[in-house]
Amino acid sequence: MANKILAVLEQRDGLLKRSAFETVSVANKLASELNLEAEAVVVGNEISNINDVGNYGISKVAHLKNAELVNYSSSGYRDAIVNYANEVDADYIMLANTSLGKDLAPRLAVKLGAGCLMDCVKLDTSSGDLTATRPVYAGKALVDVKFNSGKRVITIRPNVFKAQPSDNSSVDITVKEVSSPNLKTRVVEFKKSEGKLDVAEADIIVSGGRGMKGPENFYLIEELADSLGAAVGASRAVVDAGWRPHGEQVGQTGKTVSPSLYVACGISGAIQHLAGMSSSKYIVAINKDKDAPIFNIADYGIAGDVFDILPALTEEIKKVKQG
Amino acid sequence: MKIAVCVSHVPDTATKVKIGEDGKSIDPNGVTYVINPYDEYAVEEALKTKEKIGDDSEVIIITLGSDISKESIRKALAMGADKGVLLKEDNQRDSFGIAKALAEEIKSQGCELVFCGKQSVDYDNSIIGQLIAELLGYSCVTVVVELTIDVNKLTAEREIEGGKEIVESELPAVITTQKGLNEPRYASLKGIMTAKKKTIEEKPAVDSINLTEVLRMHLPPSKQTGRILGTDKSAVPELVKLLREEAKVL
Repeated sequence: MANKILAVLEQRDGLLKRSAFETVSVANKLASELNLEAEAVVVGNEISNINDVGNYGISKVAHLKNAELVNYSSSGYRDAIVNYANEVDADYIMLANTSLGKDLAPRLAVKLGAGCLMDCVKLDTSSGDLTATRPVYAGKALVDVKFNSGKRVITIRPNVFKAQPSDNSSVDITVKEVSSPNLKTRVVEFKKSEGKLDVAEADIIVSGGRGMKGPENFYLIEELADSLGAAVGASRAVVDAGWRPHGEQVGQTGKTVSPSLYVACGISGAIQHLAGMSSSKYIVAINKDKDAPIFNIADYGIAGDVFDILPALTEEIKKVKQG
Repeated sequence: MKIAVCVSHVPDTATKVKIGEDGKSIDPNGVTYVINPYDEYAVEEALKTKEKIGDDSEVIIITLGSDISKESIRKALAMGADKGVLLKEDNQRDSFGIAKALAEEIKSQGCELVFCGKQSVDYDNSIIGQLIAELLGYSCVTVVVELTIDVNKLTAEREIEGGKEIVESELPAVITTQKGLNEPRYASLKGIMTAKKKTIEEKPAVDSINLTEVLRMHLPPSKQTGRILGTDKSAVPELVKLLREEAKVL
């Protein structure tokens, strides 16, 4: 029997997240390259879109179910997944490098006696064994890493690997009731940030820096973000100045992001900011100083005044979207 | 209660990374090393906890690294921590090897509460706290921005995508700290003077195997400098056209 790779899928409010389908796709690809058998596991109560996993080529999913595991519990999820991984004797465990994945992966690794590689952006099997590439120093450099352990836990960076739909859409879902889950550490409440998209999950980000001159001018950033369906980001300088909340900070002491489009407004491009966003697919910079470092990594730039350009850009985007 | 804070000594975030001679790590020449920024929140929270629960508690700074790491221990001592331990290791370890040595020391010191930064800004793994907790059988809450400890129970707010989770757990526990949890205090002149007299115990880090291994370090492909389309709003239509037709992101 082939060795197994187990894709751990993340659900919130009973819905599998987009990263879950990416994880399934990557697990499948790795399975075919290393001659493994791929299956998936998800912990939660009711999960309404669990059948969708079949569209991404995985044929077996275990649903570890208990009403008390509806929200994340690091102890409860860990124990349920470790028990299942031991039952099916999985050698590889794969998760998305989300808040949940980051929290859970190392716990699984210790319990399974596995090595743990986090936030991988490339998986190469051309040598016959796995070499993973992961960013360090917030993306200023990359390292190629390998496992010395037999059992292996891997997390993959969201938004980097694409979910690959497959023709084979039959999926065998086994529901396993988890008896008396370990709820020593558990989420008792979730406070949603009001109506806001998070920079860590957004496909487009509009960020503002010190060039915005004050918190009262961030409505220009918000309006542009609204017109694009984007999240609002911020530089460290404006977060430290108290203009914007820390959750919006992009950079080495904030969030590392790689959206399809990153619009930097009034941001000069300190090295610690660039580290957090330079892997964005397309970068637009709007800054008065034509020598600002942000222009070195921007695909398109306008070397002018944000107060002149942003309202015009918002108008133009709205026009195009309606047209 | 004994409170441990795990601190790491890392390149400042303004560092421009160059690859070192071994091809596996950065070139340390000209690099300024500092206490890991997230660990400052850990030190501050430990000191605040000590102030709240009373004077018989003790804050112990534990660091794994070479002699130069003592600078970060001194900084934490100057902020008000009671003593430091340097687990000496000149070679590179993976996260598991680091966590194993830290966990052994935490156990032998008898600490029931442990604070770590949520990640170190060099290797960015964000897993040391969880590994320590699992090795010791402690609870663990990560990326914490608000914390209340009440006898053996703790309530923490952790930052996740799109909001905050309120988590309940129990002591003994490891907490990993995120920006926003507190405002780290500055070391006073008196603090800096007193820190010089505080002990930093040095001992070899316990042996551990590396479960993962760095093969090489390399720089990301450099981005081609793009086009400056203009200097005022007259460039906006062209920008939008390029985003639609060339980049295809709209």
